[in-house]
Amino acid sequence: MYDVARPAPGNALEETGRIPALPPGDHHPAGVQHRRPAARTGPDYAAIQASPEFVSLRRRFRGFVFPMSFAFFAWYMTYVLLAAYAHDFMSRKVFGQVNVAILFGLGQFASTALVTWLYLRYARRRLDPRVAQLRARAGLPEEQRR
Amino acid sequence: MSALAAGGTPASDPIVNTVVFALFVAITLYVVYRAGSRSSSTSDYYAAGSAFTGRQNGIALSGDFLSAASFLGIAGAIAVHGYDGFLYSIGFLVAWLVDLLLIAELTRNTGRFTMGDVISFRMKQRPVRAAAATSTLVISFFYMLAQMAGAGGLVALLLDIHTRLGQALVIGVVGLVMVLYVLVGGMKGTTWVQIIKAGVLMLAVVLIAVFLFGKYGFSFSNLLSAATEKSPLGEHLLEPGGSYGKDNTTKLDFVSLALALVLGLSSLPHLLMRFYTVPNSLEARRSVVWATVCMLVFYACTLVIGFGAAALVGADEIKGAPGGENSAAPLLALHIGGTLLLGVIAAVAFATILAVVAGLTITASASFAHDVYANIFKRGKAEPADEVRVARLTAIVVGVLAIAGGVLANGQNVAFLVALAFAVAASANLSTMLYSLFWKRFNTTGTLWGMYGGLIACLLLVLFSPVVSGAPDAIFKGLDFAWFPLKNPGLVSIPFSFLCGFAGTLVGRSKADPEKQAEMEVRSMTGIGS
Repeated sequence: MYDVARPAPGNALEETGRIPALPPGDHHPAGVQHRRPAARTGPDYAAIQASPEFVSLRRRFRGFVFPMSFAFFAWYMTYVLLAAYAHDFMSRKVFGQVNVAILFGLGQFASTALVTWLYLRYARRRLDPRVAQLRARAGLPEEQRR
Repeated sequence: MSALAAGGTPASDPIVNTVVFALFVAITLYVVYRAGSRSSSTSDYYAAGSAFTGRQNGIALSGDFLSAASFLGIAGAIAVHGYDGFLYSIGFLVAWLVDLLLIAELTRNTGRFTMGDVISFRMKQRPVRAAAATSTLVISFFYMLAQMAGAGGLVALLLDIHTRLGQALVIGVVGLVMVLYVLVGGMKGTTWVQIIKAGVLMLAVVLIAVFLFGKYGFSFSNLLSAATEKSPLGEHLLEPGGSYGKDNTTKLDFVSLALALVLGLSSLPHLLMRFYTVPNSLEARRSVVWATVCMLVFYACTLVIGFGAAALVGADEIKGAPGGENSAAPLLALHIGGTLLLGVIAAVAFATILAVVAGLTITASASFAHDVYANIFKRGKAEPADEVRVARLTAIVVGVLAIAGGVLANGQNVAFLVALAFAVAASANLSTMLYSLFWKRFNTTGTLWGMYGGLIACLLLVLFSPVVSGAPDAIFKGLDFAWFPLKNPGLVSIPFSFLCGFAGTLVGRSKADPEKQAEMEVRSMTGIGS
């Protein structure tokens, strides 16, 4: 109903209403079983998080989205600042009635489409197969495209 | 419609407008009735059983997002102020990249129904959910008020109703239909309303844009020449600065607005909630891509429509018509297609308000029922049937509030509320969501500081801005207690909320829970456990 395999009755979101406060200085990663019975029915997230496959997935994901976000944000703000403070430059005619401002604006359209396409391609090639691998190892079916 | 009659054009026909609009309402209500499930499972009511495809949800997303303000407002702003109107649409478009890269897939995997699910995932549940619900309700209320108040002006323009009582009645009917959508259809019905509305809207703008383009020999340059010849701004119509270029304060104001637009969209709660109507993160990704494509087409068309209205209708007639700038697209429709096309555009604009308000209502009701009732009052132990009943009750209350607010705000200059909603979303929600998803150490204190800090900063800055007092077009014209020069608080409040979240995390005694952090990170990236 919700999605593929949901770890047995207690959903993580509901049981967190009472976060078991670990006493300070009480570090024992393996010994928490008896404190948190519901969480044990789910996958071992800490182990997955530490696995080299997940680390590599995270690195690839962040290695793409962080620089890309920075790039389109910087390009957008450059455009906004030019529009606000560089009227003469933006008003220069390029051809016919079309000036730099309109070309830059349409350039934002083009760059948005480009970034979307680049991310789709990158995700399909570099991210999705790794996610599928991790999901298979956790005993879950592959996410289906419809 | 006296301005129209004076211009020598056929006056609009309120009967045609009403018939087309009634037809739309009848069809959507039928679809909602057929689609609506009478089951009382929370997943059905909030997330339509997560059974929509990425394409359906993408179109619904664009329907949810394209408010009357962005359809009528942007076309009008382009027609009157020229290039500066176009700048708006670029902010709205680029903003979808934030959603695509940083938000959509991760929140789909992490949460179940609401934004609160994501933000509170690894934090102390009750205070964080209370904060998330507060910001959701504030944003939804501002956004809805702007829509409903706009409905009044639209009524004057399209149905030729000029008495306040008549307008109040129509606002009441709009509110009633919207509550019906939500009560009968839940998320599934509301989604279908969005899809139908987005389809009609896109079809209308594409046809008009292609027609205009053809009229000018498929030359964008010719269209621009015609627009500059007729516009009182002349060549300046095509240059930035038409409405923001006056002095340094207005320029800074524009930068502040642009920042809020690009960062706010991805954290609007009613758009975030849409991602739970699809089964997994792949479909969430496809949703954003479809929505982006719709936006690309739509804003390219409004550019043509806006300059077309400047060329064919002229800025003076637009400003003179009831509804002011908002009347550009309807007047253009009247000029090129007569009363029938005007009727269609009018109905589309109405449907737009209806659908957006329905989307906001279901979001507000879900946030109250799921975050406040089920997780704060009942500590996560609410019966699903009770939760849905509370959600339905909340929807009715929200509907009544929206109608009352719309009637009261009718005629007031409340367009700034949309920009304010974006600023609040960017300030309160985006910072905490990004920290929560990407910063391991982020903790409950940081979340609360970030959310409340951003929210309060936004509200205070607007309260002491020229929007509220000390300006000719302010809400309180006689008073002057403004000391913040900008109308848009984003430039200050967005960095401030990031700073608050950072400082709160360092100061807070509540350490981040490493187990929940591991769960959230794995789950957000892979969907394991979602």
